[in-house]
Amino acid sequence: MAQGLVDGHTKKDGSHRIDDHCPNQAVDGVLYGTQGSRDPVPQDRPVATRTMAPLILTRYTLVSALGKGLDETYRALRNRRSGLRPCDFEDVGITTYIGRVDDVENMSFGGGSASTQLEQFDCRNNRLALLGLQQDGFTQAVIEARERYGAHRVAVLVGSSTSGILETEHAYCHRDPASGALPSSYLTSHRYTHNMFSAAHFVRTYLGLRGPAMVISTACSSSAKAFATAARFIEAGFCDAAVVGGVDSLCLTILYGFASLQLMSRSPCRPCDENRDGLTLGESAGFALLEKSEHADQPGAVALSGYGESCDGYHMSHPHPEGTGAIKAMQAALLRSGLTSADIDYIHLHGTATRANDSIEDAAVHSVFGPSTPCSSTKGWTGHTLGAAGVTGAVIAALSLTRRFVPGTVNTTRLDPNLNSHVLLENREQPVQRVLSNSFGFGGNNCSLIFGTV
Amino acid sequence: MTLYVSGISTLGPGLPGWAGSRAVLAGERPWCEAGRPRPSASLLPPNEQRRSSETVRWAIEVAQEVMQQTKADAREVASVFASSDGETVVLDRLCTELATPQRTISPTLFHHSVHNAASGYWGIATGSQQSSTVLACYDSSFCAAMLEAAAYAQIEERPVLLVAYDLPSPAPLYAARPLRGGFATALLLTRTPAPHNLAQLDLALSNDLSEDATSMDDPRLEAIRNGNQAARSLPLLAAIARQRGTLVRLEYLGDLRLLIRVMPCRSSVKTLSAD
Repeated sequence: MAQGLVDGHTKKDGSHRIDDHCPNQAVDGVLYGTQGSRDPVPQDRPVATRTMAPLILTRYTLVSALGKGLDETYRALRNRRSGLRPCDFEDVGITTYIGRVDDVENMSFGGGSASTQLEQFDCRNNRLALLGLQQDGFTQAVIEARERYGAHRVAVLVGSSTSGILETEHAYCHRDPASGALPSSYLTSHRYTHNMFSAAHFVRTYLGLRGPAMVISTACSSSAKAFATAARFIEAGFCDAAVVGGVDSLCLTILYGFASLQLMSRSPCRPCDENRDGLTLGESAGFALLEKSEHADQPGAVALSGYGESCDGYHMSHPHPEGTGAIKAMQAALLRSGLTSADIDYIHLHGTATRANDSIEDAAVHSVFGPSTPCSSTKGWTGHTLGAAGVTGAVIAALSLTRRFVPGTVNTTRLDPNLNSHVLLENREQPVQRVLSNSFGFGGNNCSLIFGTV
Repeated sequence: MTLYVSGISTLGPGLPGWAGSRAVLAGERPWCEAGRPRPSASLLPPNEQRRSSETVRWAIEVAQEVMQQTKADAREVASVFASSDGETVVLDRLCTELATPQRTISPTLFHHSVHNAASGYWGIATGSQQSSTVLACYDSSFCAAMLEAAAYAQIEERPVLLVAYDLPSPAPLYAARPLRGGFATALLLTRTPAPHNLAQLDLALSNDLSEDATSMDDPRLEAIRNGNQAARSLPLLAAIARQRGTLVRLEYLGDLRLLIRVMPCRSSVKTLSAD
């Protein structure tokens, strides 16, 4: 036995139940561990039929083109005020719209006693993250969780697709004409800005956390998958709570990149419209604090009750034509939650407004849910925020559950008659108990999440 | 938490795949300087071999060696890919083009720039529709991948292919992140034992920093370990190669240690060795 390892609990049937022994307090420095057994562990559960214990979203928040925090987001959704505007990002010469967050360019970063340590993280992506952390009492809720569990027992799992690449784009414009070298200030800040771990590193540092951390980067499913990893880490006993989030910010790479793929609309995107002609890019930062329900005494609170992950195994940038990967993700989320398709009141679509995504997602949703479950895309409000799309969908799902309404689809005027799912254009006021939210990314990477009220 | 290793691969300077590396890592043969490996990633269809980045080919090469060893069906295996810096050659070309007045980038270049390019290619090459998670954690990326893969194998009850890889960036990005050399490793991990397992791993996360992370005895291998996040796996790979009970300490984010108790399984690793 390894020195310092705590004993695992071996059940009478010989199986190790990993969720039985996650000490809240460190024992001799060990936060999590088991004594190894050479005996075969019986396969005691049929694969993929085990339901998860719901995890409470103790606090959650969102900053996007709709505004800062839950109330501004909700008001924009209720009043059907889209956050999209003609592209005014830097000197970008593409005729399109964007979902830009106001004032990110001018905000001061850091400040206070910890400023030196935090200032090195300064870049558009981490400014957006900071704006998110400052809304809805999120930071205070994390500090309370940190005090409850210990800094080492709170994980940070953040999704991002392009991190702070804008810093590198700028640095390439300021290369030394003779040597081609990048500016020295960039060289020292690269680790804290563009490197893919930057957003989780910043959030962990800002919140004073010392638990497991990583950035998940699976393109547009990144921050949805962060919820799945958080659920596993909590169940595995690697942590007691997790700060889950997603941050992606506007940059030249995505604007010129999606333009090169001819996937970007010249006008505000129109998800599921007969004449939809591509997506609109946006930026957002969203966070949720996830805890086990016994630690979060909040009747009526929102909980993560299921997740499902899959791949298409088909193409880097085109979804599987039959949507088989998307179907697998939705079915896996239902299995994990112990729910059936009839239990879902509303589906928050990935709904990017590209020709391919919306028609293939429609077919996949229809094959799992049939023609009646209301669904909609909110991309016409926020734009497609890529790696932050998963957490954006999660927060909108939480607003739908707590404020008893279902958002419709803005900008869309003529619903594509070839779509067979029940796509809502208008908002609805109605009680909502279970929401499924889809996120699908490049590389054929899919994740569906289910949220409900406790 | 207990896991079993049923397949293993490594690719790095003087470490050309598991068959050619096991004896070196077990201390039975000295490490010899060798040129940079040029993996073909033969699993990829020819046009994808040509179009994919070298980073993708390193990741696919170690992944395919593991799957060939184990004869496992890739369509039944989930995956965790871990890279600190991702597609740096593609990012260099993108940023170079975006710094010109035309800013003309090719669609292929753009969709090859995502951090999950290797994972996407793995799915395309194998047809696997199982979950694939791609993560980054700077110099702790391999460690983070061990946690993610362990939790996935335990809770989702499915074998997990872990692939960790990074190549040095091209100039001028190299100056921002001077990785010493390329390195890739892959492990097939399961929650239940099987007849031909190479090792049993017991994992624990600790905040006791009184003991240093495990280093390599050979200073040249130690230099490789220090020069690339994926090579931080070397003490674990060496313990598996030696087939002796060993406690490996991996540094995780400066304030944590991942402790891995490595125990040999009955069948010998040597059956997989070419030498």
